Amino acid sequence: MIEVKNIRKGFGDKTVIDDVSAVMQTGKCNLIIGASGSGKTVLMKCMVGLFVPDSGEIHYGGQNFLTMNTDERKEIRQQIGMLFQGSALFDSMTVEQNIMFPLDMFTKDDYDTKLKRVNEVLDRVNLKDVNSKFPAEISGGMKKRVGIARAIVLNPKYLFCDEPNSGLDPQTSLLIDKLIKEITLEFNITTIVNTHDMNSVMEIGDNIIYMYQGLKEWEGSNKEIIFSKNQRLNEFIFASEFLQDAKDMRMLEMKGKIDNNRNMDELLK
Amino acid sequence: MDIFTQFGRFVLMLKGMFSKPENMKMYWKEFMHQCSEIGIGALGIVVIISIFMGAVSTLQTAYQLVSPLLPLSTIALIVRDTVILEFAPTLVCLVLAGVVGSKIASELGNMRVSEQIDALEIMGINTKTYLILPKILASLIMIPMLVVISAVLGIWGGRLAGVATGILSAAAFDKGLVQGFQPYNVFFALTKAYTFGFIISSIPAYYGYYVQGGALEIGRAGTRSVVVSCVMILFSDYILAQLLLNGNSA
Repeated sequence: MIEVKNIRKGFGDKTVIDDVSAVMQTGKCNLIIGASGSGKTVLMKCMVGLFVPDSGEIHYGGQNFLTMNTDERKEIRQQIGMLFQGSALFDSMTVEQNIMFPLDMFTKDDYDTKLKRVNEVLDRVNLKDVNSKFPAEISGGMKKRVGIARAIVLNPKYLFCDEPNSGLDPQTSLLIDKLIKEITLEFNITTIVNTHDMNSVMEIGDNIIYMYQGLKEWEGSNKEIIFSKNQRLNEFIFASEFLQDAKDMRMLEMKGKIDNNRNMDELLK
Repeated sequence: MDIFTQFGRFVLMLKGMFSKPENMKMYWKEFMHQCSEIGIGALGIVVIISIFMGAVSTLQTAYQLVSPLLPLSTIALIVRDTVILEFAPTLVCLVLAGVVGSKIASELGNMRVSEQIDALEIMGINTKTYLILPKILASLIMIPMLVVISAVLGIWGGRLAGVATGILSAAAFDKGLVQGFQPYNVFFALTKAYTFGFIISSIPAYYGYYVQGGALEIGRAGTRSVVVSCVMILFSDYILAQLLLNGNSA
């Protein structure tokens, strides 16, 4: 579990996140959503220690990350896996070397053991025959999957994903979402996903935090988001008329007022 | 950002490099990789520059040495001292500032912009120690070696040009080469090589590591790092000459 308490971060005169508190639950996909510039990436970077907050506390399993010494921080960081928006694969290394890098750095296993582990995680993200390829030789979706494989190779307790679906087609996005959800449940890890992809929100959002202009505007699950009366959240999530209609249909369906399947059958007739 | 802030950040970057490596074997591997990149990677251009530099020195010295009272072997003496004192360390390092410096700045800049440095940080790796320290250490080892190679090749190029054009015989050149040789000059050249080696690696590393933005900024950082490195090389060349040569002659 990760607990964020009253985090505040600014750059120069501009406050980017202001007094944000949240609990990222273990074994769940915790989503941070919001429009561009709402402060969700800054919040995530504060949580992983890439930015130092101006005030507030970040607790990993009860320990305050911000007051830890360098060695304690290193220990926590080795329990963190992160998937970056652009995958952040080392472009001078092959896929195999990329995934093996954390093992090379932090374990004393022999090459065969490390290779076995690399193939295990590649298999877990449904990638085959890519070991000797360089990042420039694989597709965007494959890069994301290699990024996930590298992030989970050391069996992390915490998985951070910064916009995992950016630049991907809807079908690949769904596959990545499914993979993140499965990994979260399988390894019982705390997953934090920073996204503005509505499919992700509805598919994997066990716990959703909506950021608006640096403030936490709303918190709930993907089931609750449908019934939310928060005007800003509704405008952000159901921005188009189509999505608004879909929401209305879903609400009626969930209230049992219509049978969506029967309705579709009638329409098809 | 003013010059004092930049300098402060540069010093903090250097201070941040000194931490316990997470895995010594990986750091050694990276150090050897950098030695190969800097040493072997720049060897070709150093060989070409050095031979031509020595050859041109011989031709120009012969052109200026019009007095019949001076023996021809003086040409070799002048070429030797010019190459050892100035051409091999300074000229070659100015070229290396372009070759090695821009490579270091663009490599680190690209890693910063594509979040590869952030990825390493999150893994719990001190990126200054892992990415910058091996580059500086490799430069401190390889650049003096390149300067020594350059000096030898420069003198050899001078001899080759002198003999080929018939300005002086090989025997006359060899005679001049050993006349009034001062080993202190080699010490001076190596002192300059170590100083310039540090400048060539640390300044581009600073500009690359702290780059912000995209491809355009990486290019700008590369250019700026080469310009600043060259100015610093020329400035420290003057300071070292003042400190080590003037003091010695007095």
